[in-house]
Amino acid sequence: MAAAMHREVLLVEDSPGDVRLTQEAFRDANVSVHLHVAVDGVEAMAFLGRAAPHAHAPRPDLILLDLNLPRMDGRELLAYIKADDDLKTIPTVIFTTSDAEADIVQSYRLQANCYLSKPVQLDEFESLVRSINDFWLTKVRLPHQGQS
Amino acid sequence: MPVEVLLVEGSPGDVRLTQEAFRDADRSVRLHVATDGVEAMAFLRHQVPYVDAPRPDIILLELNLPRMDGREVLAHIKADASLKTIPTVILTTSDAEADIVRSYQLQANCYLKKPVQLDALEALVKSINHFWLTKAKLPHQEQC
Repeated sequence: MAAAMHREVLLVEDSPGDVRLTQEAFRDANVSVHLHVAVDGVEAMAFLGRAAPHAHAPRPDLILLDLNLPRMDGRELLAYIKADDDLKTIPTVIFTTSDAEADIVQSYRLQANCYLSKPVQLDEFESLVRSINDFWLTKVRLPHQGQS
Repeated sequence: MPVEVLLVEGSPGDVRLTQEAFRDADRSVRLHVATDGVEAMAFLRHQVPYVDAPRPDIILLELNLPRMDGREVLAHIKADASLKTIPTVILTTSDAEADIVRSYQLQANCYLKKPVQLDALEALVKSINHFWLTKAKLPHQEQC
């Protein structure tokens, strides 16, 4: 079963509170998830490109990406991922406080795999992370290409 | 507001099961069916006899289809500036790694293997309904 298989998830999120909530919700939902955190787009690029200090970073099975980030924002990072022949197959789910229609449309245009708006309520936040885990990490077939 | 779902599926049995599972899960879903890729593209492009077809909120696409297969349909959708924002979920009997990778390369939004067991297929359709139609934000702009 997928539950027994380690899943590498890269969370690109600068808010320490949201990082903490996401970590706790994944820990409750699925102990086999390894959650990696990049606090801005530049760090996420380094992680994905295995640049120092992320030389041994695993290839993520799934990326959760906030749109509003310092240094390089989520839209720019998304465009970079989806323009890269190797990285583009990694499902990239937008996970953001924005529910502006313009952000939703632009994200799908940039080929985000899915768009989720972060709930403000704690219990809804936890429930959404559980749904992400249930759907993306147990139901969906993920590509295993490009592992090294 | 009804949610418009386009199911592109060549097997009448799978169409029937998917219709029933959606009906049980969510009464506001309007499921449209195209039985091959040519029909799907006519529906999406509002060609005869689909001039009044709604823009789907989401597409469920089998890869193995008569006339024009699902890979080609997916490539057409994702190369079209207007259609590319419609989330396109592969729902197929294939679980070949090559099909999974190729689908993500062609920018499928997600890839699901159709279970063989009846109750498992129903459960999967309910998961699609729960995740994509109640949790995910879908784009509503660019209506044609």
